[in-house]
Amino acid sequence: MSRIGQTFTALKAHNKKALIPFITAGDPGKGLTVPLMHVLVEAGADIIELGVPFSDPMADGPVIQRASERALANKVGLKDVLAMTAEFRKTNTTTPVVLMGYANPVEHMGYETFALAAKAAGVDGVLTVDIPPEESAGMSDVFKAHGLDPIFLLSPTTPESRVEQVAAVAGGFIYYVSLKGVTGSANLDMDEVAQKLAMIRKHCDLPVGVGFGIRDATTAEAVARIADAVVVGSRIVSEIETAPEGECVNRVKQLVAELRRGVDAASK
Amino acid sequence: MKLTDLPDSRGHFGPYGGIFVAETLMAALEELRVEYDRARNDPAFIAEFEYELKHYVGRPSPVYHAKRLSEQYGGAQIYLKREDLNHTGAHKINNTIGQALLARRMGKKRVIAETGAGQHGVASATVAARYGMECVVYMGAEDVIRQAPNVFRMKLLGATVVPVSSGSRTLKDALNEAMRDWVTNVESTFYILGTAAGPHPYPMLVRDFQCVIGRECLTQMPELTGRQPDAVIACVGGGSNAIGIFHPYIPHETVRLIGVEAGGSGIASGKHAAPLSAGTPGVLHGFRSYLMQDENGQIIETHSVSAGLDYPGVGPEHSYLKDAGRAEYVAINDDEAMAAFHDLCRFEGIIPALESSHAVAQAKKLAPTMKTDQIILVNLSGRGDKDIDTVAKLSGIAL
Repeated sequence: MSRIGQTFTALKAHNKKALIPFITAGDPGKGLTVPLMHVLVEAGADIIELGVPFSDPMADGPVIQRASERALANKVGLKDVLAMTAEFRKTNTTTPVVLMGYANPVEHMGYETFALAAKAAGVDGVLTVDIPPEESAGMSDVFKAHGLDPIFLLSPTTPESRVEQVAAVAGGFIYYVSLKGVTGSANLDMDEVAQKLAMIRKHCDLPVGVGFGIRDATTAEAVARIADAVVVGSRIVSEIETAPEGECVNRVKQLVAELRRGVDAASK
Repeated sequence: MKLTDLPDSRGHFGPYGGIFVAETLMAALEELRVEYDRARNDPAFIAEFEYELKHYVGRPSPVYHAKRLSEQYGGAQIYLKREDLNHTGAHKINNTIGQALLARRMGKKRVIAETGAGQHGVASATVAARYGMECVVYMGAEDVIRQAPNVFRMKLLGATVVPVSSGSRTLKDALNEAMRDWVTNVESTFYILGTAAGPHPYPMLVRDFQCVIGRECLTQMPELTGRQPDAVIACVGGGSNAIGIFHPYIPHETVRLIGVEAGGSGIASGKHAAPLSAGTPGVLHGFRSYLMQDENGQIIETHSVSAGLDYPGVGPEHSYLKDAGRAEYVAINDDEAMAAFHDLCRFEGIIPALESSHAVAQAKKLAPTMKTDQIILVNLSGRGDKDIDTVAKLSGIAL
C-alpha cells in the first residue's frame, strides 16, 4: 500500500479525517519551503500538497498565481521541487507528499524521467490539474508503474457518468473541487457538497478530499464532517503572502493548527 | 487517415491538440462539442451563417492582383485575398459570427473573449452587439496600451474591456484570464475563442468557420487566373487566418502552403514569437502543440512588433501540418514586416495590418525566386488602421 493509502487507513482506524495543506514550492523563498513543510506536519498536516510553479496557472486564482510568480522569480522549477522533497524526506519518512501543478513542466521532463526522479525524491502522488483522465493514459500508467499515485479532480460540473471513468485511473485519493471557479473562490454550499460526495462514493472506493473555499476552523470542521480529507490552499498561501518578514513560518503554524482543531472537532 | 479528416473524435491532430483543461471545464467542452456537431449538420444553422457572412460581413472578400507590387518585387505574380475588407477589418469576424450563433443556440446570454491586437475583441464585441449579448473582453495590460484605438472601439460597441496585469501582460495572460472567467461562470457564459487553438473542439470549429476564406479562393483563383496558385502564404500567430486559407488547399498537393511566424528581432536573438520555427512540443492553454518554453517547461515571453502574433503557442493543426510536411513555416522579423507594410501602402494603396505584413514580406522573399507566370496568393488577413500609432512611433513620428 502506498504511503497515502497507509495514511488514510491509519486515520480511519482512529476515526479521524485528513488535513491536507497546500503551499507553493519556492514561495516566499527557496530556503523556506522545507522548513514550512516540517512546520505543516508539526501543526497537524497528514499529507502535504506541494505546488510546482508554472508560468501560466490557468486554473488558479490571483493568490496562487502570485505565489507561482514569486517562486518563478526565485528560479524554482520542477527539479528544485524534487530536491526540496528529497531534503524533507531526510527527516520525515512518514508524511505523504503530493505534487500539484500543470502538465507542461512534467511533459517537458518526460513522464518516465519524472516518475523515476519523483519516486527517488520521496514523492507519493502527483496531481496535474490540466490532464483529465481522457489524456492521462500514458501518464497514469507510468506513474503507477513507479509507485506514484495519480490524483485526479472531480468538480460540481462532473456528470455521474464520468465519475467511474475518473475512478478507474485515479490513485491515492480523489480531490473534489467543491466550487466552480478558480482556487481561492468563496462561498461553500455544504448540502450540495454532501450530495455530490454521496454520488461520488457510489462509484469510487478511494478516499475523497474536498478543497476550495475552506478558510478557518469552522469551514474545516464542516467539510471534515462529510469528506475524508480537507484540502486548504489559498488561505495558507495568502497567510504566507501577508506575513511580515521572518514571521511566515510561525503564522502558517498557527493557521494550520487552527485548521487541525476544526478538522478534529468534526470527529468528536 | 487523410490530412483533411482531422481531428479525431477527441480532438487530436496526430500527437497534437486534445483536451488539457481542469475537470471543471470538461462538461462545458463536451456540451460545446455536441452542440457544434448538431449545428454543422443543421442546414438552417449553415444557411444563417452564410447569410450573415454575405450581408453583414460583406463576403465574398475579393482576390486582388497586386500588379505594381509584383513588378516591384520581380518574379511571381502576387494576389491578395482581401480579408482586410471584411466588416471590422479582419478575418476574425468569420469566426465570431459562427461562435455567436452557437452561443445563441445554446441559450448563453453572456460571451467572453481574449484579445491580443484587439481585432478579435472588436469582432466579439461587434457580434455581441449584433445579437444582443453581454460581452467581456480580456486583454493584456501591455496590449491595452499598444492598441488603444481598438480598446475604444470595443467600448463603443458596449463591451467591457478588462486589462490583465498578470504574467507578461499580453495575449497568453488574457487567455489565462478568460479561461478563469469561463471556469467560474461556465453555465451562463460562452467563451468565444479567437484562434484555431485551445482545447477541442475549438481548433476544429474555428478552422471550419475560417475555411470560408480558402473555399472562396478555390473558386476565385481559377476565375481570375485560370488555375490555382503555386503558393499560398499566410501569417501565423495562433493560426486561424492561415488554417482558414490552407485547409481547403490541403488536397491540392501542387500548392505550397507557407505559414509565416513572427521573427521579432530575429530567431537567433531569442526575441521572437515563432514556436514552429524555434520551439518544441508541449501543453499550454488546453492543447498540445509546438511552444516557446525554457529548459524547465516554463512558457517564455514572446516578442513581436505585431500584438496579434505575440503568442508562445500555435494552433495544433499547424504543428501537425509541419510534421507531416504539408505546410512549411518560416519566420519574418520585425524589420522585414515593416518594410513590407510600407511597400503595400506605397505601391498598392493598401494599409495592411502588421500581422498580415509578415505574409507580404515572405512573398517579397519568395517572388524573385519564381517565374513571372507563377502565382503567389497572400492572405491579407487584416487592415492596418489599428497599427498606425505603432508604425509612427517606430518611425520616430509623434501623431
